[in-house]
Amino acid sequence: MADAPENPPQGLVASLVALTAPVREAVEEVGTVGDLALRAVVWALRPPYRLQLVVVQFEFVGVQSLFLVGLVGLFTGMVFAVQTVYGFRRFGAENMVGGVVALSLAREMAPVLTAIMVAARAGSGMAAELGNMRASEQIDALETMAVNPVQYLVVPRLLAGLVMVPVLTLVFFLVGLGGAWIIGIKVLSLDPGIFADRIRTLIQPADLMQGLVKSVVFGVAVTLIACRHGFYASGGAVGVGQATTRAVVWSVVGVFVLDYILTSLLTPVG
Amino acid sequence: MSEAEPHVRVEKLVKIYGNRTVLHGVDLTINRAETLVIIGGSGAGKSTLVRHLIALERPTSGNIIIDGTDISSLSEVALARERRRFGMVFQKYALFDSMTCFDNVAFPLREQTKLSERDIREKAMQKLKELSVDHAANLTPAQISGGMAKRVGIARALVMEPELLIYDEPTSGLDPVTSRTVDDLIEEMREKFGVTSAVITHDMVSAFDIADQIAMLIKGRVVAQGTPAEVLDHADPSVQSFIRSSGVDASRFAQRRPRSPSEALAEKAIARKRARVADAK
Repeated sequence: MADAPENPPQGLVASLVALTAPVREAVEEVGTVGDLALRAVVWALRPPYRLQLVVVQFEFVGVQSLFLVGLVGLFTGMVFAVQTVYGFRRFGAENMVGGVVALSLAREMAPVLTAIMVAARAGSGMAAELGNMRASEQIDALETMAVNPVQYLVVPRLLAGLVMVPVLTLVFFLVGLGGAWIIGIKVLSLDPGIFADRIRTLIQPADLMQGLVKSVVFGVAVTLIACRHGFYASGGAVGVGQATTRAVVWSVVGVFVLDYILTSLLTPVG
Repeated sequence: MSEAEPHVRVEKLVKIYGNRTVLHGVDLTINRAETLVIIGGSGAGKSTLVRHLIALERPTSGNIIIDGTDISSLSEVALARERRRFGMVFQKYALFDSMTCFDNVAFPLREQTKLSERDIREKAMQKLKELSVDHAANLTPAQISGGMAKRVGIARALVMEPELLIYDEPTSGLDPVTSRTVDDLIEEMREKFGVTSAVITHDMVSAFDIADQIAMLIKGRVVAQGTPAEVLDHADPSVQSFIRSSGVDASRFAQRRPRSPSEALAEKAIARKRARVADAK
């Protein structure tokens, strides 16, 4: 009979199934996010273009994250300056601090930490909001009113991630440099002229480009993963909670995996 | 009077989720400008069935033919065009909680028509007024009661004057008086605008009051479809036991002979007029 449940696997098969579950989940994650991305691109190109919704999301992802990203950027720059001075003093290279902090902020810290902050703040909010809309049939209601929910809900959020995460990354970078400046010049009494000069000589356009490329990719990934979990949430309040948790966890994992892939593609070593 | 013309045809509809079969080959017809009420126990597949009618679900197999077009195989874009002719009243209202009640009702007009903001305002307010919720126009769904939210949801579905309206438990959670108002509204939509309706309900009084046809769904199968009188006389013991336990007064319907749609309309209009006169007294 069609209703009868399948026989559950036993013994070795059961262990194998359990062991490979996270891998299968990860593959499924990539598949569904890819599918949503494709649909979002197709629907982004079709009219109507709802600018007002995009502005709302720019405000939510960008403006509302500004203070948080600035705060984290400031402390990251300060901590990095202290640690670098501590290490570099051992071989008398503390004058390199400005350049080294700028380099690590531009290539790694700013894009990665900004993306993580956006995932924690905006990503969780998106997953919860879309999850609730799914649970209360609001997404179905959109569909019945001939409004494509991917176009109406996912596209504005995706555009906000695409544009605002790079902007926030730039803010993180500049504020982080400011933090390093405060520690280096005001607290540790380094020479401001040399500090600034090392930044100029060490930082190349390619470093800034790497930061920019990463921030764009992370911005898209974080918002897509958040939207995917909210959009396909099921199971009422519990389901929405799980969707929000998964959105943040998978966004952060995604950022680190993508960071490695992009770094190895964009960094000529050996 | 010409023969009733089928508006919606469901053919051998099967829906399987994972290893659970929810619909086992459902066949169903809804005639134009008639109301089909779908009854059945919880978990019988009623909601799944109506979600197919509006293509919120795709069938595992089988066809949903609306006005000669099989909507189960349409692309997303083609489906969006078809959907302009449908409306749905959701069980949990499904109002957008980021908008006011007015904006909820105005939403389909803003999205699907090129009407001026003034005309939109007029139409949306008129619908809210018809459902006696115009005073809630500037409130958000979180600020109003469940009964009011339901009426705003109905106003939103009606504002586009669709050809096919689907109601998922329109009277659940409403007091008896409001429930009858909703029943009247469903009737009125059909009489005034020739709307075809599919209604899921657990409210058996409402079911027998508004139905031209009743379909009973048990465990994903249609066990009976016919006029209210035919369903009451149905030989199937599961149908009989469902009707008995619902407490419907069978004698009200048992004497009726099968009617033509026009006769049914006339009968109902007379009954309602009598009720109104009685109310006025």
